Amino acid sequence: MSDKIIGSTRVKRGMAKMQKGGVIMDVVNAEQARIAEAAGAVAVMALERVPSDIRKAGGVARMANPTIIEEVMNAVSIPVMAKARIGHISEARILEAMGVDYIDESEVLTPADEEFHLLKSEYIVPFVCGCRDLGEALRRIGEGASMLRTKGEPGTGNIVEAVRHIRKVNSQIAVLSAKSDDELMTFARDIGAPYELVKEVKELGSLPVVNFAAGGVATPADAALMMSLGADGVFVGSGIFKSESPEKFARAIVQATTNYEDYVLLAEISKDLGEPMKGIEISHLGEAERMQERGW
Amino acid sequence: MVSMSKTIGVLDLQGAVSEHIRALKKIGANAVSVKKAEDFDNLDGLIIPGGESTAIGRLIREQKLEERLRSFYSSGKAIFGTCAGLILCSTDESHTTDDLRLGFIDMEVERNGFGRQVASFETALEFAGIDHPVEAVFIRAPYIQSVGLDVKVLATFDDKIVAAEQGNVLVTAHHPELTEDYAVLNYFLKKISQTIKVRES
Repeated sequence: MSDKIIGSTRVKRGMAKMQKGGVIMDVVNAEQARIAEAAGAVAVMALERVPSDIRKAGGVARMANPTIIEEVMNAVSIPVMAKARIGHISEARILEAMGVDYIDESEVLTPADEEFHLLKSEYIVPFVCGCRDLGEALRRIGEGASMLRTKGEPGTGNIVEAVRHIRKVNSQIAVLSAKSDDELMTFARDIGAPYELVKEVKELGSLPVVNFAAGGVATPADAALMMSLGADGVFVGSGIFKSESPEKFARAIVQATTNYEDYVLLAEISKDLGEPMKGIEISHLGEAERMQERGW
Repeated sequence: MVSMSKTIGVLDLQGAVSEHIRALKKIGANAVSVKKAEDFDNLDGLIIPGGESTAIGRLIREQKLEERLRSFYSSGKAIFGTCAGLILCSTDESHTTDDLRLGFIDMEVERNGFGRQVASFETALEFAGIDHPVEAVFIRAPYIQSVGLDVKVLATFDDKIVAAEQGNVLVTAHHPELTEDYAVLNYFLKKISQTIKVRES
């Protein structure tokens, strides 16, 4: 056996880089997973319920039953992700032991710990986490996240929060890039981020990991919008399998993500798609119903 | 003015495109993104990057690029496939999949042959024609199950073939674009120079 290193930062962040320009789709069974793969998804997220159904069901949302995750893993050859509750060490370790390809430490599920997120650097499996601003992004990277995504407002089919979050992160990176080195410690304190990572972002002019759009993508145009705002790829939760024709929607969103600046093509692929998922106006959500405030 | 730097296209449908462009610029090549048939016109070489081979294959078909890829190959210009790119360059005589296989190199591939992400790894890899072990990152990597007589094996790991070449086509199961070790990309640059000479003669 030759010498090899598993679970290195490069291997974990590299996996997310291979997903760039792609669409990751929420699925609740093997059949949906096969539809997603055939449509050109780069990965699937195996869940018991999509976010909009989690909203409807209420109660405590937990890691999916391993039976469902295993069923999805056996059905497709593309990577399979699964969600663990924020701070739920055991759910994360169970998913890692099952050989899941990526774990989403997700605010869509009910947090298990309101103070501490997982120490993700301790795991071989890579993690993706949500963020609303640069401070939150760098705190998650500091804990070992290998990939980020906007939090948006999951299960609403309303893109407004995801737009707010990606614009915020990118404008903060622009502000940071213009700062002189002697201002960085104060900047780090103000946004609550690790100093070393603030320095790294200034040097790179970007985050050191990929940042996908998530939380409210419902149409091909939504996916294209997030790509043109600088997202590296797109998560679609309820948007596909809560639409009228999931197969068409899935294919159209994949094409829109690759060709996000080809507006003639976007018009073409947006025709005859049937109804998208029904959306929710964010101001109609009570404070307790907002998922993006979970985690810090 | 005559520029000596080669223009290399990176197929920009899905996957690690910007990483290849960054690395190519580091070694002095002129790197461009390739999305449409006309983007192939002035290239000296092409990289088919890592990503998901099913997704890239589907997009090649939907963007109607398969024919242009084949004519680029037939013209004798150099092509380098990494990971998913390796899979797309392979043949499929025994597997029968609906996914795209371009058949640019006479080999059969085992997708995800090294296992799922938790088994992804990095290592120092002995590579024929390169004088030091190269830094190699393998991510849900395939390996080459069998090769035809005209294929030259360039590297193996745990007795599995992970890099090979035939004619104008080079493939690796690992990702040279994720490291600061540019030896394999320089190897591809040399291959481009050779293919230019062959086409000129």
